[in-house]
Amino acid sequence: MNANVMDLVIVGAGPAGLAAATEARAWGLSVAVLDEQPATGGQIYRGVEASTTKARSVLGEDYAAGALLTKAFAQSGARHIAGASVWNVGRDLKVNYLSDGTGQVLQARSIILASGAMERPFPIPGWTLPGVMGAGAAQILIKNAGALPSEPVVLAGCGPLLYLLAVQYLQAGVKLKALVHTTRRADYLRAMPYLPSALRGWQDLRKGMRMLQQLRRHNVPVYAGAEAFSVKGDDRAEAFCFVHKGRAHRIETSLVLLHQGVVPNTQISLSLRAKHSWSDTQLCWLPETDDYGQIEDTGIYIAGDSRGIVGAKASAEQGRLAAIGVASKLQFPDKTERKTRERLVRAELRKYLRIRPFLEALYRPMASHRMPADDAVTVCRCEEVTAGQIRKYVEVGCQGPNQTKAFGRCGMGPCQGRLCGLTVTELIAQARDVSPEVVGYYRIRPPIKPVTLGELAG
Amino acid sequence: MPTETNGLASPLFSSDDAERSCSVTLQFEGQTLTVPAGATVAAALLLRGAAPFRTTPVTSAPRAPYCMMGVCFECLVEVDGKPGRQACLTTVRDGMVIRRQLGASALASPGEGDTDER
Repeated sequence: MNANVMDLVIVGAGPAGLAAATEARAWGLSVAVLDEQPATGGQIYRGVEASTTKARSVLGEDYAAGALLTKAFAQSGARHIAGASVWNVGRDLKVNYLSDGTGQVLQARSIILASGAMERPFPIPGWTLPGVMGAGAAQILIKNAGALPSEPVVLAGCGPLLYLLAVQYLQAGVKLKALVHTTRRADYLRAMPYLPSALRGWQDLRKGMRMLQQLRRHNVPVYAGAEAFSVKGDDRAEAFCFVHKGRAHRIETSLVLLHQGVVPNTQISLSLRAKHSWSDTQLCWLPETDDYGQIEDTGIYIAGDSRGIVGAKASAEQGRLAAIGVASKLQFPDKTERKTRERLVRAELRKYLRIRPFLEALYRPMASHRMPADDAVTVCRCEEVTAGQIRKYVEVGCQGPNQTKAFGRCGMGPCQGRLCGLTVTELIAQARDVSPEVVGYYRIRPPIKPVTLGELAG
Repeated sequence: MPTETNGLASPLFSSDDAERSCSVTLQFEGQTLTVPAGATVAAALLLRGAAPFRTTPVTSAPRAPYCMMGVCFECLVEVDGKPGRQACLTTVRDGMVIRRQLGASALASPGEGDTDER
């Protein structure tokens, strides 16, 4: 294997990765960006360069604006390695990845991790049935293949993405059978103190108001403050059930799109043994970094949603900030020039972060949809371990997620705990009556993607 | 349990996008499907009613794509004889041969000619 040395290797070609690459090139660094997809843009701007006019009108102006980032990146002179699955990032600044079934390695002088976010697991009865997907997954289907639900659809959960998808569907002429959301009075009260700060980011707030108006205009049946979600069906989704104002509802549907926010994709930073702490506001693990996003003094930085959920625009600014950090570490750029640029980037970043505390408080996913009370709910989808089993493990002395592996292979399937880790941590914390911080998380080891021996040898 | 048939159900998703050409031909469980170029295998199969994509190793429960971005591994299928491929990360290609992945997959040894390995 031939090791190329790059000043900077970036993992992820979403807003954080693209902005970081473009910024680092402007400071004269050699840059390679690795990403699993064939084209740049990450999930949020997925397929934006190849998108049709119709797709752009359905997905909206925020999506179309992503083309500015992808274009600037394409002209930056950074190397884009598409279709690359990173399976190991080392503290020796080596990055191992698979490309077309063969193993490759890049030697870097610094690394920026920009692996983005994933939808928070939504462990409710029936969530493993075919016909149940994430709202984000459904949005990816629009971006990748112009695919829209064939029949009227049910959207359920909470968070901005749920409303955004609803509006995009309406724009595309898709009928919504119902939008069932969990946001209630208590959530508004919790969010109130953060409203003044959010108002200073009023453009974002206005966008949100417009989305809600559109839903009303289309007379979408909206059930607010609903709870006790479940999906019924034998071998596929047949109905969506919930409780609204104390009454049980059942809506027949073959497609249920769930969403209760996004969480950082921390698989790489965890595998690096970087310190992570539990966030009580974001309800997930956040890597500990310095001001620029650097893990300890490793030369490895984190930017964007994989450092903590901040949204696309703030992610891009964090990418730029990390690139400035890398540049000053590697090559002592002109100090005044760097300071001026850094001040500008930090000001933009602050602007985009203003609305976050408000959103986090308002769209906090409800406890019963994170820690299912029903013992029969599947928590680990790969190895089919239920909430009841995990509570049993705790009864007989299981202290944390790593031990659940020994008890019942929980978290040991191909997804390597990505879809059950947060649930398992919170379930154990709840059963032990301690904080998630005490319970901890799975020990994540490379390879962080399934790799065959043949591919390694390749 | 289902998935003993090779049949396609009525698709959960459809695309009437005239700007997209269905120019790629592939085989799914012995049937010929024409699908949009540039689509992932997962998107293409969903558009043609191929769910479920796999059954689980533990209880043979039927599964279909959940995340569409490489995280959940629910879309694992066999592509050109290689088991355990993430359909949502694989772009469709002319002549691709795709099969459902039933039960335990051999994540090991994706050598040539192991198409009938079950």
